[in-house]
Amino acid sequence: MTKSINIAKLEARFQAKVDAEQKIEPKDWMPEAYRKTLIRQISQHAHSEVVGMLPEGNWILRAPSLRRKVALLAKVQDEAGHGLYLYSAAETLGINRDELFEQLLTGKAKYSSIFNYPTQTWADIGTVGWLVDGAAIMNQVMLTRTSYGPYARAMVRICKEESFHQRQGYEILLALSQGTEEQRKMLQDAVNRWWWPSLMMFGPSDAESTHSAQSMAWKIKRKSNDQLRQEFVDATVRQAEYLGVTLPDPDLKWNEERGHYDFGKINWDEFWAVVKGRGPCNKNRLKTRRKAHENGAWVREAAMAHAEKRAARQKEEGIA
Amino acid sequence: MDKKSWPLWEVFIRSKSGLQHKHVGSLHAVDAQMALENARDVYTRRNEGLSIWVIPSSQIVASEPEDEYIFEAAKSKVYRHPTFYDIPDEVGHM
Ligand SMILES: [Fe+2]
Ligand SMILES: [Fe+2]
Repeated sequence: MTKSINIAKLEARFQAKVDAEQKIEPKDWMPEAYRKTLIRQISQHAHSEVVGMLPEGNWILRAPSLRRKVALLAKVQDEAGHGLYLYSAAETLGINRDELFEQLLTGKAKYSSIFNYPTQTWADIGTVGWLVDGAAIMNQVMLTRTSYGPYARAMVRICKEESFHQRQGYEILLALSQGTEEQRKMLQDAVNRWWWPSLMMFGPSDAESTHSAQSMAWKIKRKSNDQLRQEFVDATVRQAEYLGVTLPDPDLKWNEERGHYDFGKINWDEFWAVVKGRGPCNKNRLKTRRKAHENGAWVREAAMAHAEKRAARQKEEGIA
Repeated sequence: MDKKSWPLWEVFIRSKSGLQHKHVGSLHAVDAQMALENARDVYTRRNEGLSIWVIPSSQIVASEPEDEYIFEAAKSKVYRHPTFYDIPDEVGHM
């Protein structure tokens, strides 16, 4: 009985701290559910950064110029870094890296469904930078103000790096838009395929979103899925017009009254199918990650054995 | 899975001369040398640093948030602050 009273007291103190916009730090008391939610969300985010390297890595060797190649390489390298910042943040919550990897590799943990779509042409690389990184930025800018300190700090670092990702993507598309008829077609085709999956990146609509209300109360999230999605649409329409591409939604139009763009219905059946593993690349992405992890095992073991041997030798010499 | 996981290191970066090293995050590495190299690759890709410190996370000794009382003593000592002392305006800035 006293234990539950204590927990109620601690929870009230925790919530008061969150409400007062004070950050929660690793050693602070936090409700078990808050910790679990954060581990799930931060690790999913980290896995997304890591798996997100695969569709883009696919084009590094086929980039059309050295300029494009160094930019794409640097972007993919950044995504690896983002994965690492986030794994580090997750580890402050008491889970270790190996467990996190295992959750990804066994399919227990999810990553953003967007990365289960294939990158078929060079225009896809531009479109991914523009729309996929663009959508991620909306979400990540919000998360720089999330209530958990290490997560917020990782986000600040990530956001500083993301703007280059979106700009290099948009620049690729600008070049295509000013190119040949064939290049413009390729651009339009890529946008047709990536537009709706990009909107799905914000997750289910608020009415359907199971974790949202609690996450908002804990200030892990500061804006709802639908709110972020709307901001993304509003910001993107003008960029599409400048490129001269059509966004594949006949219902997309400015709503004077709301001061926002209206847009059509999202195909949530497709969204859930991809989440549940039936997207075009789910199997391939996991297989590739697993293979990379397994192929690297001997390197990780050898490096550790070498370091231990050297430490033992230094100790011995020190004693002698 | 690996037989043994790599230890965790905390990374501190001096962003420019004249500033102190600041904690930026952590990483895994087998030894100090690798921790430094990884820290360079992960935390200074855009010239964010002139100097790196890495410290095994297990070596950090930290106070506990529950032990707030250790900071209590300072709270009552208002006389440690300049505003505690009344100096007439005419004296000028002091
Ligand atoms: Fe990223
Ligand atoms: Fe990115």
